[in-house]
Amino acid sequence: MRVYLTAFGCAVRRYSTYRAATFAGVVTNSVFGLINAMVLLALFEARPQINGYDATDAVTQVFVAQAVIGPIAIFGPPLDLSERIRTGEVAVDLLRPVHPVLWWLATDLGRAAFSTVFRSVPTFAVGMAAFELALPADPLRWVAVAAAFALAVLVGFALRYLYALAGFWLMDTRGVHAVVFLLAPFCAGHLLPLTLFPEALAGVLRVLPWASLVQVPAEILLGKDSLPGGSTLGGLCFQAAWAAALLALGAVLTARATRRVVVQGG
Amino acid sequence: MTARTPASGGAPIIDADGIGRTFTRSEGPLFRRRRRTVTAVRDVSFQVTAGEIVGYLGPNGAGKSTTMKMLTGILSPSAGRLRVTGLEPSRQRTRLAARMGVVFGQRTTLWWDLPLRDSLALTRHMYRVPARDHARRLAELTELLELGPFLATPVRQLSLGQRMRGDLTAALLHDPALLVLDEPTIGLDVVSKSTIREFLLRLNAERGTTILLTTHDLGDVERLCRRVIVIDHGSLAFDGDLAALRDGAPSPRTLVVDLAAPSEPIEVPGARTVRVRGTRQWLELDGNPAAVIADVSHHYAIADLTLNEPDIEDVVARLYRREGAARELSAG
Repeated sequence: MRVYLTAFGCAVRRYSTYRAATFAGVVTNSVFGLINAMVLLALFEARPQINGYDATDAVTQVFVAQAVIGPIAIFGPPLDLSERIRTGEVAVDLLRPVHPVLWWLATDLGRAAFSTVFRSVPTFAVGMAAFELALPADPLRWVAVAAAFALAVLVGFALRYLYALAGFWLMDTRGVHAVVFLLAPFCAGHLLPLTLFPEALAGVLRVLPWASLVQVPAEILLGKDSLPGGSTLGGLCFQAAWAAALLALGAVLTARATRRVVVQGG
Repeated sequence: MTARTPASGGAPIIDADGIGRTFTRSEGPLFRRRRRTVTAVRDVSFQVTAGEIVGYLGPNGAGKSTTMKMLTGILSPSAGRLRVTGLEPSRQRTRLAARMGVVFGQRTTLWWDLPLRDSLALTRHMYRVPARDHARRLAELTELLELGPFLATPVRQLSLGQRMRGDLTAALLHDPALLVLDEPTIGLDVVSKSTIREFLLRLNAERGTTILLTTHDLGDVERLCRRVIVIDHGSLAFDGDLAALRDGAPSPRTLVVDLAAPSEPIEVPGARTVRVRGTRQWLELDGNPAAVIADVSHHYAIADLTLNEPDIEDVVARLYRREGAARELSAG
């Protein structure tokens, strides 16, 4: 256990060395938040209620989505694992007496923790300063929001771990990443709240794992009954189930991969 | 350094019995792909006893790295039986990791963006080394490998030689009985190579650490290895003393002569001109170099002379050619 805590600490320190990138991330996420919010405000000007969302709900979801970009890495970056499989560096990782899933989880949580403090908080603060957001008064709801956020990070990791793991079979996952980093924001309710999509499409996207990344945490914050099971608890269970399933799949595939692995390069 | 207690019973620390590895590869363009089976290692058997330093040699593509990956448990052999420190590497990789240190010269286990010290601290928890032992060994290795000046430097700012010393330290902090090195001196300058070689000798002599290394560097082999194993086309070609390898496949020294003006091929006793390019000629020496040099400089106007020692690659290459010829003979 200590080794994973230490790896977590190393990852936090590692990301703290990328100061300019962190600052640039906050600026980009905030500016796109302002643009998206204004587009949605124009839309809601024409139709004040869409499937239970009003303008404030929509703008709030925009800033939830912008704030979690860093920790859940919905636009990337891929895990370093991906590049290490491509170059064969993964050989060194496999020599460590640690479980690969836990090792990569620990380092990604370190990255996410740093990102939460230095990207999520400032970005959300910009949203709060610029717009009126729908924020809950009930402290219990904030606890649920924190849990939903943590589960989103976990699902975000599990998905990216699987994308990277595909490299053991595909040799190069740059294509996989190009596609998923384009589709994930759409499926997650990041590009637009899933509420705004036609019912049939939204119905499908709501059961896919990507919904755990933005749509579910946003609806838990907003207290919507469109959540899985119609409640906050249902939303959290939905996220937890996806996290468990994807991490388990990751563990099984890791065992497979390392048994039939082709480590590239001499 | 305090000496390791000798391994009990003298059981081999590496025991490879007829190990082999094949790969299935898809080739060709996107459509009309064919699957082809490639044999990287075929029926290789050898044993390494505790306390030995063994060089594992062969040209690129001979199967060295595949063998290393099997020994460390990253790849499972597709044939044969393999035991390292009594464990089956691919099945017991985590337990084996505690008894073995590994350095791949072209790869690093260190965290690129963090000070060297942080990566070394991480290994303590990874291998569950008691804090006092870790501190003592780190102090020893810091002194021997002169890590002091750059312990606080981010790894990405280290020179290759410093990084290699850092990687060696990371591999040794848990005091493994076996150290496996894949091209540990690749790309290093003369001084760095020498530092690492002297350190490895000392590690072997004082702690009794068994060392298996692959290298293309003659200096590594001559300075470190009493015994060499040569692998070619995936099969074992030689296993024995370095001296016996030399005697078995003698390789002449070469004299490179730069003449003042172009000339016919040089003819002196005890040497044979094998190549001429402009004013430069290459002579293979059979006899005493001093006599040949004296003869050449007496009969020809010379601008410069260089005497090239045969390197282990030459010796090994000759061995392969002989093996190849023998195979063809026996096949014919």
